[in-house]
Amino acid sequence: MARRVPRPRAIVTTVLAWTVGFVIFFPILWTVLTSFKTELEAFSTPPKFLLFKWTMENYAVVQERSDYFAHVWNSVVLSFGSVLLAMLIAVPAAWAMAFAPTERTRGTLLWMLSTKMMPPVGVLVPIYLIYRDLGLLDSRVGLIALLCLANLPIVVWMLFTYFKEIPKGVLEASRMDGIGTAREIMFVLAPMALPGIASTILLNVILAWNEAFWTLNLTTSKAAPLTAFIASYSSPEGLFWAKLSAASTLAIAPILVLGWLTQRQLVRGLTFGAVK
Amino acid sequence: MGSIRLEGVRKTFGNTVVIQGVDLDIEDGSFVVFVGPSGCGKSTLLRLIAGLEDVTAGRIIIDGKDVSSLAAAKRGLSMVFQSYALYPHMTVRKNIGFGLKMARRPREEIERKVAVASKILNLTDYLDRKPGELSGGQRQRVAIGRAIVREPKAFLFDEPLSNLDAALRVQMRLEIARLQKTLATTAVYVTHDQVEAMTLADRIVVLSAGRVEQVGSPLELYGSPANLFVAGFIGSPRMNFVSGELAARMDAATIGVRPEHIVASRDGAGWRGTVVAAEHLGSDTFLYIDVPQTDGITARAVGELGLKAGDEVRLAPDPARIHRFDAQGRALPR
Repeated sequence: MARRVPRPRAIVTTVLAWTVGFVIFFPILWTVLTSFKTELEAFSTPPKFLLFKWTMENYAVVQERSDYFAHVWNSVVLSFGSVLLAMLIAVPAAWAMAFAPTERTRGTLLWMLSTKMMPPVGVLVPIYLIYRDLGLLDSRVGLIALLCLANLPIVVWMLFTYFKEIPKGVLEASRMDGIGTAREIMFVLAPMALPGIASTILLNVILAWNEAFWTLNLTTSKAAPLTAFIASYSSPEGLFWAKLSAASTLAIAPILVLGWLTQRQLVRGLTFGAVK
Repeated sequence: MGSIRLEGVRKTFGNTVVIQGVDLDIEDGSFVVFVGPSGCGKSTLLRLIAGLEDVTAGRIIIDGKDVSSLAAAKRGLSMVFQSYALYPHMTVRKNIGFGLKMARRPREEIERKVAVASKILNLTDYLDRKPGELSGGQRQRVAIGRAIVREPKAFLFDEPLSNLDAALRVQMRLEIARLQKTLATTAVYVTHDQVEAMTLADRIVVLSAGRVEQVGSPLELYGSPANLFVAGFIGSPRMNFVSGELAARMDAATIGVRPEHIVASRDGAGWRGTVVAAEHLGSDTFLYIDVPQTDGITARAVGELGLKAGDEVRLAPDPARIHRFDAQGRALPR
């Protein structure tokens, strides 16, 4: 940070950063604005930016037609549940890979990541049939398990990267202090890797929160999270842009607040492995 | 109690043999130092004893019990690491007491033992600091404190002083020696510094390329090295080796004589040579001398001897202190 940046370059960088930031943010802004428009103004050409008749009507309708809080609760249970379950599996796995690697560790990591390269739709039918036969369709337990497995490779990778930075000697010291593996992970590794663990949890909660493919295909009502809540405004009686936008705004609001509050950890999570 | 016995201990990493068949007896209460050049396997041998690495073959026996396949946590040993390896998220007090706490010892006992250890190690004023707020010497003392409160069967030291500056190293060396004598606990200490080995050890184990070259007291190794490697490794500056005709005259392939066993004079008997450089340390003078038929000889002269580069000298090795070696590098009887 002590490096001096020449003034013209600083200006260019600033302008560029704001432009890129605005472009990325624009869809969210537009969604929020549209949610306050009437259905007619929502798809008027030319689009109206700020000078339209502001209305809360869409929110009222959305609230009335579907139970927002039931969906929020499902989203919370599914995202946090799946990530916590994944952590239970991933922390010991990443510990083993980072501190007791074998010659196959690298290959195992790549193989795990490769499962993320497969399009989920490829296994939709078998998974659907298995879930139907096991009675897991539209159940929170079934979705928690599925979202957990879907995010597990990323969770393990992220934790592995963070654990790699923890000096191995400290863990060995705890072993010499007479401490077994489980407590070594709990009392020595976890506190030292806390920032990494926090950003892993946050990033994956967001991924699980926004996961739409499995949640839409395997739920109907009981276990339906906010993604299904949004989707319910795009199909049956045609497209209602303003109500869809209101539903989307309501759906992203909680996670946006969470993201805002935990910005620092998140940035660390998104750039993981990039800088030592 | 803490006797350690190694029987045919071998360790390989993939195709690399790091330790090739080590047999060793470490008596209870003794201070044993593993010394050797870097890469000789001394740290690996220590880690095998600790249980941080698994033996490929052979047995490690502590107090008569085979611990070869026992986890490090269950061997009842303590270790002080080169990197200190303190718990960065805990205060000094918690660092020292952590092992006891995890062993579910009563709180009063932990407090008492931490207090005793920190008093011995002059850490009483730093108990509430975290490792990041301590100097290198203090961190190393915390690491030692952590090792002693558990009252282990033996202390393992893995080059504990190599991250400290020279003055502190001498001071800590004395503290470790004193502490080990007071506690009368077995200590196994790894270092590449032969001065540390000579000053600390009851017995020194000289290692080279995964093999034990010689085991003995410091003065045994100094006085009668078993082979060229030990002769060259123990002693500073290192022993002078001469082969060829000068050695053949004494029925040896190589002869060795330490710098301190050569008398240098302007005129007199002995090898004739030319001073290349003279290092005046005040108490000693080290002379580097070009002698025909040798690779150069180092000689120690006591006090100040007005010799300087280019001067002619005569070197008279003490005949009783000449070491003879055969073609395989083994020491020949005097």
